[in-house]
Amino acid sequence: MASTQRRDLIVGTFVLVGLLAIAYLSIAIGGISNPVAGHLRLYAAFDEIGGLTARAPVVVGGVKIGTVERIELDPSFRALVTIRVASDLKLPDDTSASILTQGVLGDQYIALEPGGSAAMLADGGEIQFTQSAVILERLIGKVVQGLGVESQ
Amino acid sequence: MSLLPVHTLLWIVQSLGARITSGVQALGKMARFASRAFNATFQPPLRLRRIWNEIYINGVLSLSVVCISGSAVGMVLGVQLYRTLSRFGADEALGTAVGITLVTELGPVLTGLLVSGRAGSAMAGEIGSMVATEQLDGLRMMSIDPMDFVVSPKLIAMIFVMPLLSALFIMFGLGGGYLAGVTLLGVDAGSYWGGIESAITLEDHVAQSMLKSLCFGALIGLIATYRGFHAAPNVEGVSRATTQAVVAASVSLLIADYFITALWGV
Repeated sequence: MASTQRRDLIVGTFVLVGLLAIAYLSIAIGGISNPVAGHLRLYAAFDEIGGLTARAPVVVGGVKIGTVERIELDPSFRALVTIRVASDLKLPDDTSASILTQGVLGDQYIALEPGGSAAMLADGGEIQFTQSAVILERLIGKVVQGLGVESQ
Repeated sequence: MSLLPVHTLLWIVQSLGARITSGVQALGKMARFASRAFNATFQPPLRLRRIWNEIYINGVLSLSVVCISGSAVGMVLGVQLYRTLSRFGADEALGTAVGITLVTELGPVLTGLLVSGRAGSAMAGEIGSMVATEQLDGLRMMSIDPMDFVVSPKLIAMIFVMPLLSALFIMFGLGGGYLAGVTLLGVDAGSYWGGIESAITLEDHVAQSMLKSLCFGALIGLIATYRGFHAAPNVEGVSRATTQAVVAASVSLLIADYFITALWGV
């Protein structure tokens, strides 16, 4: 019966190692978020969001603190972006949000810049100061137009 | 002068019809086999001992193949993608590229192909030779349902083992990519792992990968046991069943992969 026991041990080890690999993929690499920790939602309205998509990262000083949850059009035709951040994060209510690009051709993300106000943003609060995405084509268009004006 | 005799034309249409009918019949037989197998799976005698044994045969014995191939594939990916990416000065995206390719596609698909060659063929051969030596009839005479005793433990073990093997393949692949990209070609280690961690999400990539490997496990298990079960009871029949099991499992796996990828997130 010793060989059966040995085989059982091997199978058990295999199953455990396999499950560990799945767990590692989901937690460490997949970035499973702790479902127990609470989240709060912030809103920010932008004139132009460029290529921003849902699940894009939201950073403060380069550190990822949340994600873009959804993007919709508000009644005044601005893009209303819902941002989800951990609830233990306290941001001043004069925080500003801008849409930036990672590298030249990278994905777009939202960078928050905390202000100096003593009052903090609560759940459902709106970020008042927003800066739209820079659209490369429009920028090039402006430069080309500008050059045309100069040469005339 | 008629271009084609009428009966030749009729014969072409007729043989086409015969082909389609037999194809549909085979699909129907397969579906009935699958429903009987799953029925046997969800009925009381669970036969844990036999499932455990099958996990050893299909999982543990495939482990070395999967791990070695995984690291080799990861290293190839590391070198190939490095060459392409460094042309654009984007070699810090190596981790992202290797990670996404491995997790969503190559991990489940190559593991599936390896397992169908390594374990699926053995499965079909084993059941086929049981048919040839009338062992299944022997079981039936003792009023033991071969579906419940032979087929369903193999099927459960295959479905259970595939995600585990696929996850291990991916881990070894990521390690191989690290070895080739970071150790040999000098990509920054931080940007390699950071790229992997930030690009791969649970709900997008890992879930898709796991769904694929589960489906592939079910496909391989079903096709291998079906082919073995319906093997002609002689030596040639067994060898044909083995070959057909591997071919059919590999092809249908790749087709299924396309559909899962295309429909994912729709």
